[in-house]
Amino acid sequence: MWLGITDLCVLEIAQAITEGAISIRNVSKIYDPEGVNVLAVDNCSIDIAPGEFCVIVGPSGCGKTTLLNAIAGFHNITHGEILLDGKAICTPTYTAAPGSERIVVFQNGALFPWSTILDNVAFGPIVQGTATKREAEEAAHRLLAELGLPDIADRYPNELSSGMRRRVEIARALINSPKVLLLDEPFRAMDALTKGVAQEFLLQVFDRVRKTIFFITHDLEEALFLADHILVMTTRPGRIKCALKVDLPRPRTFHVRASKRYLELKTEIFAAVREEAAKAFAAGERELA
Amino acid sequence: MAAVAMKLRKTIFSATVVRGVVSIVSLLVLWEVGSRLHFLFLASVPAPSEVLSSLDKIIRNGKFWNDWLASYWRVAEGFIAAQIIGVPLGLAMAMNRNFYNFVFSPLEVLRPIPPLAWVPTAIIFWPTTELSIAFVIFLGAFFTVVLNVLGGARNIDERMLRAAASFGSRKSDIFWKIILPSTLPSIFTGMAVGMGITWEVVVAAEMIAGKSGLGYLTWASYVGGNYPQIIVGMISIGIAGYLSSALIRFIGKKATPWQRQQ
Repeated sequence: MWLGITDLCVLEIAQAITEGAISIRNVSKIYDPEGVNVLAVDNCSIDIAPGEFCVIVGPSGCGKTTLLNAIAGFHNITHGEILLDGKAICTPTYTAAPGSERIVVFQNGALFPWSTILDNVAFGPIVQGTATKREAEEAAHRLLAELGLPDIADRYPNELSSGMRRRVEIARALINSPKVLLLDEPFRAMDALTKGVAQEFLLQVFDRVRKTIFFITHDLEEALFLADHILVMTTRPGRIKCALKVDLPRPRTFHVRASKRYLELKTEIFAAVREEAAKAFAAGERELA
Repeated sequence: MAAVAMKLRKTIFSATVVRGVVSIVSLLVLWEVGSRLHFLFLASVPAPSEVLSSLDKIIRNGKFWNDWLASYWRVAEGFIAAQIIGVPLGLAMAMNRNFYNFVFSPLEVLRPIPPLAWVPTAIIFWPTTELSIAFVIFLGAFFTVVLNVLGGARNIDERMLRAAASFGSRKSDIFWKIILPSTLPSIFTGMAVGMGITWEVVVAAEMIAGKSGLGYLTWASYVGGNYPQIIVGMISIGIAGYLSSALIRFIGKKATPWQRQQ
C-alpha cells in the first residue's frame, strides 16, 4: 500500500531482538514546584522485554509522560531505578544523558521547522558523527523512500500534512537504530481518520523493524490495536493499576478491531480505564498537554 | 509569456491599486489647487508643482546624491554595529543566566533614555561629528535588537531542544543547529524594527549636528527659506527609509525560507 516496502529493504529485517529491555523498578517521582510536593508517579514497576510493544494508558495528568521523560533522561526520579539492558539509566542520583539508544517522538511533532525534511532525518547520524553528511543524506533518502515518502526531501515541515510529518519523525528516529522508541501520544493531534492510517503505518514499521516501543496514549482503542502489552495507570499519583497481555496476532490490520478477541480484551480492560478516567474528571485534573 | 503579462496586468490594474492611485492623485490635485488659491494653511505650503521643479533643480545640482550617500552611510555604520554587538549579546544573555543577570540591570537603566537625548553626550564624547551621529544611531537600533533576540532565544520550544538532545547532540550543535536557526526570525524582526528607528534617529541627529545628509538637507532648506526643498527632503527620507526596510525584509525572507506563507 502506501508503505511501499520492496525487496530492497534498508531497514533491518525483524530478527530475534536481544537488546532494548527496560526495567522500571519501584520508581517514584516527586515534583516540587514552589514548595508543594506533588507525587506524580508512585512506586511503579514495569518490565518490558526486548522488541515488545508496550503501551501505557491513563487519564491526562497521571504521570505517563513523567515516566517516559525519566526513561529518556530528561529528568531524574526520586525513588527506585530504571535499567536499560541491565544498566542503570535513571536513579535518584544519576541520569544518563539523553542519547540515541532511546529516542523520543513527541506529541505535535518536534521536527525542526527551519530544516528541510532531508536535513531533519539526517540530523542524528551527522550530529553524532557516525556518518559523513553525504552518507547520512543518502541513508535518509533511502529510508524516506522505504517509508513511502520519496519526494518530500527538500520540503519544509510546515508544508506537509500531519500524517506525513509523523512519518518523517519516525524516520528521523529510526535512522539512528535506537534500542528503544519512546512515543509520547504521537498521534494525539490528528483527526480520527488520519490517526487510524498512521497507526497502521507504525505497525508496519514495527513488523519490519522490531524495536522495543514504549507508547503513551489516552486512547484505549489505539492501545489495543498497537500493543503487545498494556498497562493501565491510575490518576495522579500514577500507579500501575493493572496489566493486560494483548495476544492478537500480527501483522494487524484495521480488521482486527472488529474481531471477537479484540472485543473481549476491550471489555476486560475498559472498566479499569473508565474508572480512572471518571476519577480524573471528578478531581478536575488539568490537561497537562 | 502571456500568463505573466496577464498576471502583471492584473496586479497593476487591480481594483485596489487603481483605487490607491486615484486617491493619491486626487489629494495631490486638491493640494495644488489649494496652494495656488491660498486656501487656509495651504497658503504657506509649497504646491506640488513647485516641489517638482525644486526636485528637478536639486538633482541637476549633484550634491543631492551626496546627501543620500551620507545618510545611508551613517545608517549602515550604526545599524551594522548594532547587529554585530547586539545579536551575540542577546544570545549570550539567553544562554547564560549569570551573564544575563550581570548585563540586564545596566541595560534596563539605559534603555529608557531616548537615543536623541544622547546627542549632546555623544558630541562631547566622540572625537568627530560622524562618530557621534553613528553612535546615537547605534543606540537606537541596539536595544531593539537585544530585546528581540532575547525574546526569540528564550521562546525556543523545549521539545526541539529535547529532541536534539535525544539524538546525542553536543552543546555546540545545539547552539548552531537549534538555537540560532530558531532565533533567526526574531533577529530579522529586530532588524526591521531597528531599521525604522535608525532612520528616525539619523534624520534628527543630522538636523541637530550634521553638515550633510537628507536630514541636514531638510533642516537647511527650512533655515535657508527654500520651502519646496523641505518637501523634497521629506519625500527623499521616506523613500530612503522604505528602501532600507525593503532590503531587510528581502534578506530576511531569503534567510528564513521555512517561513513562506502557505
